[in-house]
Amino acid sequence: MSDALTLDPLVVGVILAMAVLTFFTKIGGLWLLSRFEVSDRLEAGISVLPGAIVIAILGPELAEGGPPEWAAAGLTLAVMWRTGNILLALIAGVAGVVAFRAVM
Amino acid sequence: MTDRGAVNESEQSEAEQETDSEATEPTTVTFGRRGVRAGFLTTLPIAVGVGGYGIAFGVLADQVGLSAAEAALMSATVVAGASQIIAVELWADPIPIATILLAVFAVNLRYSLMGAALQPWFSQLSAVRAYGSLFLMADENWALTMRDLKSDTGRGAFLLGSGIAVWSFWVGSTVIGTAVGGAIGDPAVYGIDFILAAVFVALAAELWEGRSSLVPWIVALATALLAAEFLPGQWYILVGGAVAGIVEVIRYDE
Repeated sequence: MSDALTLDPLVVGVILAMAVLTFFTKIGGLWLLSRFEVSDRLEAGISVLPGAIVIAILGPELAEGGPPEWAAAGLTLAVMWRTGNILLALIAGVAGVVAFRAVM
Repeated sequence: MTDRGAVNESEQSEAEQETDSEATEPTTVTFGRRGVRAGFLTTLPIAVGVGGYGIAFGVLADQVGLSAAEAALMSATVVAGASQIIAVELWADPIPIATILLAVFAVNLRYSLMGAALQPWFSQLSAVRAYGSLFLMADENWALTMRDLKSDTGRGAFLLGSGIAVWSFWVGSTVIGTAVGGAIGDPAVYGIDFILAAVFVALAAELWEGRSSLVPWIVALATALLAAEFLPGQWYILVGGAVAGIVEVIRYDE
């Protein structure tokens, strides 16, 4: 129980630094807008960042796995696309990887 | 760099066109309980979906050794799902602080653009109200707020109300997720070691914007695979994202 309430000072420090940085990104645009003009070109570059970073994480992670992981990733994607339900997609993916590892 | 002059020129002509079309004044924006209520109620069904990600985040946070209190603190103060999941993915002992902060900043830079899009309405609010509401801004409630404000409701407190809905579910489901993670035990037996990859597949499915995503994603994938081979640690993530962003900046206007 006491474990769940642990607050390591360094961890808290990192979390608060993340929070401050994120808050600056949230208010930064509104604040800067009266001062600078963001070009469409720069805007296009920034808007691809979230997807690109997700892919940059996912690619090497899946490359380290084998056919069972690739099949499970495909299953997760299919369920997510069909249902739009993240929990369902995750359950399918995790159940899938267990099944595929047993078979493949 | 060399064509900066040309870019500025085209920007200026665009800016002039914009000021011409701004002759129509936006409706008066108010900030009150009615807006908070509308935002909260409109967002509730979507906030339940946010709870799905919160549970996933809680499980992952528990796996890397964060306590329930630490994970809840992160959800309550950062309030940005994708960046939190990425931070937890990067979490290690010792904590790679610089890498985590850089990744969080890069992933959340888009919020600056989203916040800037609220300017026509939020410029009419006091700084405390505008910036306070923006603290609770996430992808889901931003989209709903834009839709509401664009239909001339003038409800300046909509983002605050919808942010409260998202925040409550996000923090609550994070705590549930850490409890679920603690109850699971050895991850590999139940395929839980795959949950992170599955979360990112689901995130990717939601972030896919059609054909315009194709080139940046291929660039990010190829760069990350190469960088993972030749660079130490987790640098491949930031390198992959950055190169995709730079390529998009160069490619723009093609």
